[in-house]
Amino acid sequence: MITAGIDLGSLSTKVLILEDDDILSTSILTTEEEGALVAKKAMDEAIKKAHISFEELKNIVSTGYGRRLVPFAKESKSEMLCHAKGSHWLFPKARTIIDVGAESSKAIRINEGGAVEDFAGNDKCAAGTGVFLDTMAKALEVPLEEIGQLSLEHKGKAQISSMCAVFAESEVVSHIHKGIPRNDILAGIHESIADRIFGMLNRIGMKNDVVMTGGVAKNIGMVRALEEKLGTKIYVSEYPQMIGALGAALIARNSK
Amino acid sequence: MYYLGIDIGSLTCDAVLIDDSEKILASSVVPTGARNREAITRAADEVLRSACISEKEVTATVSTGYGRKRVEGRLTAVTEITCHARGIKALLPGTRLLIDIGGQDSKAIELDENGQVVDFAMNDKCAAGTGRFLEAMARALQVDIEVMSELDNGARGDLTISSMCTVFAESEVVSLIAEGLKVNEIVHGLNRSIASRTLSLIKRIIPDIAGFPIAMSGGVARNSGVVRAISNAMKSKVVIPPMPDTIGALGAALIARERYSHN
Repeated sequence: MITAGIDLGSLSTKVLILEDDDILSTSILTTEEEGALVAKKAMDEAIKKAHISFEELKNIVSTGYGRRLVPFAKESKSEMLCHAKGSHWLFPKARTIIDVGAESSKAIRINEGGAVEDFAGNDKCAAGTGVFLDTMAKALEVPLEEIGQLSLEHKGKAQISSMCAVFAESEVVSHIHKGIPRNDILAGIHESIADRIFGMLNRIGMKNDVVMTGGVAKNIGMVRALEEKLGTKIYVSEYPQMIGALGAALIARNSK
Repeated sequence: MYYLGIDIGSLTCDAVLIDDSEKILASSVVPTGARNREAITRAADEVLRSACISEKEVTATVSTGYGRKRVEGRLTAVTEITCHARGIKALLPGTRLLIDIGGQDSKAIELDENGQVVDFAMNDKCAAGTGRFLEAMARALQVDIEVMSELDNGARGDLTISSMCTVFAESEVVSLIAEGLKVNEIVHGLNRSIASRTLSLIKRIIPDIAGFPIAMSGGVARNSGVVRAISNAMKSKVVIPPMPDTIGALGAALIARERYSHN
């Protein structure tokens, strides 16, 4: 049976097409237009890559903050549920999921069966999200894709005490003025986000194994900073951004 | 005898010089910039020069603000809350609630009949509801921060900015522009958002503000749109003292005079 999951996020829209236990195709587009339009484009691209027709899709489930804007979805499910489902399928031993996307961060605890037991999250402010990292990368004039690696090559660690992205940006600028090396500032930035996520994990009670999903999981510096803070290994799939869409496609398959 | 008050804030450094009769002789506002000490010297020099008084003639100096410990030769350093309360008591006696919105923080200070601090609430953890919020929005709207103050003149509508967070609100504003909303309607919405944030700060210390004489200080008090939005949200008149940015420095100068004569 062929099903699709679509994750309409604040920054990017992801589609994943699943046939039984095989991923046929994925697509990812920037959410820069109206939700329904981006959803259709992303879906068209994934269908083309999978060499199937739209009619062959037996079920489509949407998720993400814009999940209700997807006209062709049969059902919509919360990101929390989809990330839990997708992570459990990829990593059956996963009990804790850290999902850091562009504009939100979440900590989810699941049981052996992949059902959600507890949850904490922030989507009210940029602290601890991808946008926070993006703002700091811009202040440092470093491409976002490079900040993780650069943060690992640090000698000291600059202190970033503000949670607020706006105030942290001023702190970064004043560190630059003081001549603190870029790598040390980046290490401090990653540590401050790790602290924030650590606080969220404490609220729900962390259990091993820990999986990280969302676009920020592609940042190796972030994963290492969290591993250091939590004292445990963090599992990341090769396509962490697609986990929400994967979970949606799995839910679509199971509810048919 | 002359007394100097210096308020070193995150964005500006303000100085006020008074004489023995508590008369304000001069005041100054200079950007704090990256070097606190230079800003302190500049702000002090400016008031001394315009009052034609030499540094040696200053009897006592009191500092306040987040950089208050950086002021050399001070009699003492006093918190912003105390200095703001003292300053507003001199200019607008009878004020029972002082709202102070500066560059990076916002405060609500409750005062008793004698102008003494009863309670206060403060936000300095996040840029929401501060001058920095307005600055970021002015940038997103590509208007001058000074011009922004006049932009909601006559604007109506109940456009709501749903994001509290400055970073998210900035993207919200950009999409509102893309949707074709008028700049003055957006500014109106932003002012209302600051007002609702301020109101929740006040509610933490005063559940019912009916009948409270209210004043506002800090740089944002010069923004008439924000002041109007706050008045509307509280259904009360908000009085703005002359030179609202220098209330903290004025309070510091008054305290300098009091403490010096006590010693």
